[in-house]
Amino acid sequence: MNINLNSRKRILEISSTISVIILWEITARIINDNIILPRFTVVLINFSELIQGKELYLDILTSLTFFIIGLGAALIIGMPIGIFMGWFKSVDKSIDPVIEMLRPIPPLAWIPFAIIWFGLTKYAAGFVIFVGAVFPILINTYIGFKNTPRVLVESGKVLGCIKNKDIIFRIALPSALPSIAIGIRVGMGVGWMCVVAAELFGVSKYGIGWKIWHWYYLHHMDMVLTYMLILGMIALIIDKLFRHIVQEWWLKWQAGVIV
Amino acid sequence: MLSITNICKTFETEEGESILALQNINIEVKDKEFVCIIGPSGCGKTTLLRIIAGLEKPDSGVVTLKNEPILAPGPDRGMVFQEYSLFPWRTVLKNITFSLELKKIPKAERNKIANEYLELVGLEMFADSYPHELSGGMKQRVAIARALVNDPHVLLMDEPFGAVDAQTRNRLQQELLKIWEKEQKIIMFITHSVDEAVFLADRVVVFTARPGKIKEIINIDLPRPRDRTSLEANIVRERLLSSLSSEIAAID
Repeated sequence: MNINLNSRKRILEISSTISVIILWEITARIINDNIILPRFTVVLINFSELIQGKELYLDILTSLTFFIIGLGAALIIGMPIGIFMGWFKSVDKSIDPVIEMLRPIPPLAWIPFAIIWFGLTKYAAGFVIFVGAVFPILINTYIGFKNTPRVLVESGKVLGCIKNKDIIFRIALPSALPSIAIGIRVGMGVGWMCVVAAELFGVSKYGIGWKIWHWYYLHHMDMVLTYMLILGMIALIIDKLFRHIVQEWWLKWQAGVIV
Repeated sequence: MLSITNICKTFETEEGESILALQNINIEVKDKEFVCIIGPSGCGKTTLLRIIAGLEKPDSGVVTLKNEPILAPGPDRGMVFQEYSLFPWRTVLKNITFSLELKKIPKAERNKIANEYLELVGLEMFADSYPHELSGGMKQRVAIARALVNDPHVLLMDEPFGAVDAQTRNRLQQELLKIWEKEQKIIMFITHSVDEAVFLADRVVVFTARPGKIKEIINIDLPRPRDRTSLEANIVRERLLSSLSSEIAAID
């Protein structure tokens, strides 16, 4: 019964994907202009050629490097600030106005300063991704800590967990993990979107985002589209991988679907 | 011996009003005594228990345990809360070993101790389960084991069986008495249920409506194991009910 339902869902997914592809191919053939809408078959051929060469892997590696720099910095900076803000009211009151002022500024607006501060290096690209990823991580960590159930803190206290440090690491942090996981997932999504912009100003001659611009300058829109789809696919893989890790190891103790 | 002397406690509401929650509470609890506290909602029963636990400080008065004044939470007092309070990220066994970890007891030894208490509450089969996989009654049994693992002198229980169904509740009460007889602790047990108090307690402390004062302390010297439906139990029950009903009427 369950298997049947699952396979029916699968069939539906596959058939809808195939329909979209067919529609795309037909529309492209009618328009018959490789610049306005490249055909699916052309993109497919591009893709199969790309995965045979070395360049695509260098592109992916470069983009992932920027991504990891940005995400890593966002975790290292966003989580502690979120923890302190969520746990200590005075920290919350003093930092919150600054956060609320910086948060609405789009990551792309930071590009000029990224270049001034870091030059045309991978750290400049990482910085733009960092700006995108840090706020969701910070805010969800903050929420997780702020919402630590009082009964758990008090249970800890009567069991001998008295020191602030012990309460934070043994009770508040594990209790906040589901919220932190959501923050990281959203932060990774926003961060990955910033990859295209982070590579726009030419910190490297590789990178998926950079290649989108490169092929656009040459008006090779079929290559632009191919790289766009690769960008999306990698985002999907990262997300699936993260969810898998979270569900199987990190938050195994929670009931139901978590993120 | 646990002695509660002249405890007063006021709370400030958000509007700045102050509410007297406890007024001149005096109770002397002998070692190994089972005391139930009963009273209308909001009468400060829970506050008194939290003061004994060290989670709250009285405005005046003092609580002493073995002649030592209580100032903060400590391992000589275990507490079981009304809400489910197990750490959801820890397995049943690791919930019980939590306090032993803090005491830096080696792993093999703390697992051994924890397993003994798991057996005491009859959940040795569930050592590796997570709290969300347990029923409400099982969660509270684990909470009892977790509180006992420190070998406290006093076990504080704040309506621990309030959220479980009636049949489970009866069984948990019997199990608690067995544990109490075996472990020989002072138990301070808050309840709303007259039946529960009559079945469990050596003495029942009846609270008045706000501000919480002690209305009377009733000795229950029925022999154990008690028969819930006996004539004697009914007489005590009636006495308690009439004492309580005037207090509940005072709220309405």
